[in-house]
Amino acid sequence: MKTQMLAAIAGLGLLLASSTSHADQSIEQIYGVYCVQCHGLQRNGTGINVPALSVKPRDHTEAKGMGDTPDDELFKAIKEGGLAVNKSVLMPTWGRVLSEDQIKGLVKYLRQVCKCGK
Amino acid sequence: MKGLFLAVAGLTAVFLSSAIAADKLDPSCGGCHALAKPTDTSLERLLTRKGPDLWFAGSKFNKEWLVSWLQDPKPIRPAGYPYFKNIKKGAKHDEIDQSKIAAHPKLKKADAEATAEALMALKAPADLVPAGAFKGDMKGSRMGGLAFIKFRGCVACHQGENGEGGLSGPRLTDAGARLQPDFIAAYTSDPQRFDPHIWMPTSNLKDLDVQRLTAFLVQLGQGGK
Ligand code: HEC
Ligand code: HEC
Repeated sequence: MKTQMLAAIAGLGLLLASSTSHADQSIEQIYGVYCVQCHGLQRNGTGINVPALSVKPRDHTEAKGMGDTPDDELFKAIKEGGLAVNKSVLMPTWGRVLSEDQIKGLVKYLRQVCKCGK
Repeated sequence: MKGLFLAVAGLTAVFLSSAIAADKLDPSCGGCHALAKPTDTSLERLLTRKGPDLWFAGSKFNKEWLVSWLQDPKPIRPAGYPYFKNIKKGAKHDEIDQSKIAAHPKLKKADAEATAEALMALKAPADLVPAGAFKGDMKGSRMGGLAFIKFRGCVACHQGENGEGGLSGPRLTDAGARLQPDFIAAYTSDPQRFDPHIWMPTSNLKDLDVQRLTAFLVQLGQGGK
């Protein structure tokens, strides 16, 4: 009974581990397609479009500013755009392109990039 | 291997469904461009694509522009296609890695004319690019210009007037010469209907916005305002 239980838990663990690492990989790809154009290869707000932007994109590596922004605000900014969180229209609305799960994944990914909490 | 199979299957589908148009096109075109609507709508396809889709070319381009561009194919997308494969870190911001961007195949005059003819036969379904999507009111173009640069932020990704703007989307500096007005309106209102994962956002624009933006883009590259 106990061993069966253990095996089941181990199995579940494996399943979770493999599914999250897969998700992380594809989330990184999503960042690389949609976000990198402005936030940049270094994730610090220095993308290829930056010379054309009147407002600098958020530096995702900056622990202070990112740490002060709660998850639900990050989610809203990605889904509904900068205007929805009193920021610039230059941050687009990605809610028609990305799924809620992908956006949640991006929020989690941003926490890894900034190495900061909340 | 699976990729190869898909490519072969894709090509077969292309040649079956638009046999009339496609047999006038050089077979090499299909190696980089989808000439029939792709059945694969995954993000994976976007990541491995070698050129923009042409299956709705006949509802997108102005024929005269095609004839001349095919003979002298100057870059449209400043960072090539797709942009994210051709960029590198720079001193102040990411830069285009020109070494990764190959020149487009160039056609002789007679071939360009025949090719343009064949491409113009690749029409989008009527509900994708509805006739009359742009209602033709050019008076909104000034407001459209403001929306492009300021209120809607299109300039973040597109070069507009005077070639000023971002680099991850196609140059729209000569949009009026290159693109059909109905296409501009339809694409601007919902890019993902054309291209499921394309990195242009859908911004829930009101029809009035779309009309003004289209008027602005239509007069770009038409010479004078
Ligand atoms: C090696 C890959 C490759 C081949 C082969 C190729 N193209 Fe292209 N084509 C591209 C790329 C990449 C672009 C985008 C260029 C740009 O935006 O500057 C492009 C752009 C175009 C465009 C403009 C599309 C748009 O949406 O702006 C047309 C039209 C076109 N190609 C037609 C053709 C035809 C016709 C052939 C065959 C004779 C052909 N191409 C062969 C890669 C290719
Ligand atoms: C985040 C970047 C981004 C923003 C912001 C953006 N676009 Fe785009 N746009 C793109 C990309 C990417 C494409 C398609 C590229 C392709 O097919 O190669 C595109 C394509 C287009 C096209 C079709 C042109 C062609 O040659 O295929 C039009 C028209 C257009 N955009 C208009 C607009 C307008 C109007 C706005 C503002 C409401 C806007 N775009 C905002 C990235 C953007």
